[in-house]
Amino acid sequence: MINKCTASLAEAVADIFDGATVMIGGFGEAGSPIELIHALIDQGAKDLTVVNNNTGSGHVGLAALIANGQVRKMICSYPRTTGSEVFPALYRSNRIELELVPQGTLAERIRAGGAGIPAFYTATSVNTPLAEGKELRTISGREYVLEFGLQADFALIKCACADRHGNLTYNKTARNFAPIMAMAAQTTIVQTGALLDLGAIDAEAVVTPGIFVDRIVTVSDPAQESKLVAEGRRYP
Amino acid sequence: MTDHNQPSLGWSREELARRVAVDIPDGSYVNLGIGLPERVARFVPEGREVIYHTENGLLGMGPPPAKGQEDPELINAGKKMVTAIAGASFFHQADSFAMIRGQHIDICVLGAMQISEKGDLANWSTGAPGDIPSVGGAMDLVAGVKTIYVITQHCTKTGEPKLVENCLYPLTGKSVVNRIYSDLAVIEVTPQGFRLVELAPGVTIDDVRRRTAAKLLPPG
Repeated sequence: MINKCTASLAEAVADIFDGATVMIGGFGEAGSPIELIHALIDQGAKDLTVVNNNTGSGHVGLAALIANGQVRKMICSYPRTTGSEVFPALYRSNRIELELVPQGTLAERIRAGGAGIPAFYTATSVNTPLAEGKELRTISGREYVLEFGLQADFALIKCACADRHGNLTYNKTARNFAPIMAMAAQTTIVQTGALLDLGAIDAEAVVTPGIFVDRIVTVSDPAQESKLVAEGRRYP
Repeated sequence: MTDHNQPSLGWSREELARRVAVDIPDGSYVNLGIGLPERVARFVPEGREVIYHTENGLLGMGPPPAKGQEDPELINAGKKMVTAIAGASFFHQADSFAMIRGQHIDICVLGAMQISEKGDLANWSTGAPGDIPSVGGAMDLVAGVKTIYVITQHCTKTGEPKLVENCLYPLTGKSVVNRIYSDLAVIEVTPQGFRLVELAPGVTIDDVRRRTAAKLLPPG
């Protein structure tokens, strides 16, 4: 029998090791698996390379993971967001690495990583500083830059509904990076708002097929990052 | 010359957004940048259906939600809460950027720090030490969208021209801008350089030339 449900958040993230590459879903707070991130803070793995579009806000969620000194390097497209204080301060004092990737290239690198495509050419960033040092190739008269697929040891993502096979659906724009990160990680860990019986998710409506998912934890009433930030909350 | 920023000269921000909206044809799929470009959506002329794409994963973005209807998981690329129109769809990041990079989006309206007479755009980084470089989807948009409009004040807050011979800031893309809508004029980027299309009411071509650090060709 296949049952990917895990008893607790702590158990779900227990084997994340020092030096791991961890993809974390979310675009700003939408889709951010805040409870899984807090469990990773409790767990304490360090020297992590984290892939996320942003760098978190305030002192909860991803920003708290960074503030806790667990992240060696961020791979992201937009580290300077409203309410983002932790990353900018560390970056300015050279205490964290940044690999800046255009958002579409980041998405495609993750998708490629999950689909077994080691590299691809794209027109994005040609003739800009972000293409410096990269291989260029002219195809049908247009110049392209070579970008490599991106894989991870773990992905932490959030969804709206799951079943025990790991079939997932999402809520609106909280979907963002989750489906492709689920494909690109060796171990994909999901926090779901609801766990449904098999068959309750219409097969036509499944967004992430269960094959891409390894562990599921139910968090039926997830915290809202912007609310925690507004209240001045810190984790831990 | 001390009058760069006299508010009385040229289009207001609202009028400018309205002017851009006039040039977006019925049936277009459009991506609007964060800030001033977002305002364009308010002024779509009567009788036209325009579909807005927001790169975080929504096609068919509607206006801001009514009070009490806000959903923090329904946001735009600027992380502001929005609504989804009837007929909207949600999708993941790779599909969203396939719409952009695969040249499916018709028009993108972006802000600018500098635009060169060759159509180069700089709008993501000053390159200054201590600046946190943040690019988001800007480089994907200029590389993949068929038509790039820039909506901008003609000069910076300190009166420096934004239309220049060569951009000094790091580029977002080379030869990508088709048209510039500033508070003073509509200007086309042509193989010969900047060419005036239309002046804001009360503005002369010499007013624009004085505030442009490159050659400005007359209409024609």
